[in-house]
Amino acid sequence: MSDGERGLGFLLTIIVGGLIFGFGLGLSNMARPEVVLDFLQFDDFGLVFVMGGAAVVTGTVFALAEATGRRAPLTGIDYGRRLKSFDKNVVTGGVIFGAGWGISGICPGAAYASLGVGNYPILVAIGGMFLGAYLQGLWRARRTESATRGTSAD
Amino acid sequence: MSGLTPLLVDSLFPNGVAHYALGGLLIGLGTAIIYLGTGIIAGASTFLETTLSYVSDLPRFNKAKYVASRNWRVVFTLSIVAGAAIYTLTLGGGEWWVSEVQPWRFAVGGVLVGIGTRVGKGCTSGHGVCGVGSRSRTSFVNVATFMLVAIGVAQLLQALGVSP
Repeated sequence: MSDGERGLGFLLTIIVGGLIFGFGLGLSNMARPEVVLDFLQFDDFGLVFVMGGAAVVTGTVFALAEATGRRAPLTGIDYGRRLKSFDKNVVTGGVIFGAGWGISGICPGAAYASLGVGNYPILVAIGGMFLGAYLQGLWRARRTESATRGTSAD
Repeated sequence: MSGLTPLLVDSLFPNGVAHYALGGLLIGLGTAIIYLGTGIIAGASTFLETTLSYVSDLPRFNKAKYVASRNWRVVFTLSIVAGAAIYTLTLGGGEWWVSEVQPWRFAVGGVLVGIGTRVGKGCTSGHGVCGVGSRSRTSFVNVATFMLVAIGVAQLLQALGVSP
């Protein structure tokens, strides 16, 4: 189902969810890179409560929704665990992401929220994230191209 | 013993825990509302690739499910910005805030975050909040990996005198 086929209820749900998500990032101070860096430098362990608090809510709601065996009212998508497959990219990506997070104290969701608390220098980080995502796509395209050429040469 | 516990709590959480825990619950609630309504597990980083599909022809960004979700992901991201702004104007006391972290850290860190989240299939919200909430082994491994590396890198920079 594309965006155009989805109704107003769908968009409103996304907006309300996004507003609460962003409000929570503001309230928890995760929109401030300094606070994340304080956690990583062991000066303030509050981030554990942020991630833990959020995971408790999603964990409970996901499990209850799945137990009903029903489908989401706005899309018909069924409530089931859609686990991401494990391969070495999960670790490689984690290492690269961790290095970036440790250098900057910022991750995607918190970066968007950071803009909302007035932190305009974060645009540099958001620009960097787009560049990084683009480079990754470019690299994957090159790799696929050379792999295709490799097979056709056989 | 009873005197030691508050002391330990103070040193681990010099700014208290209430706003951290409450903020975390709201982050989870926002994700849960979207999931209950739509069945979609909305991570924050997929927006980067789906938005690139507006301007790039690379097949990676133009997968059918990316193009189909790119509009609502823009709405989701703008709502996150607005939600944080509403916090600032209400509980935040109306004071806008600007980071003093050096811009090069945002630039270099941002690029690595952009690469890493896409290679690793998710970020702090997709893996850290949703994946861990789903008891996904893949997400536990990803979170443990980025957490350890981030702690090492941040402490190394601190030891080298980079501040903030």
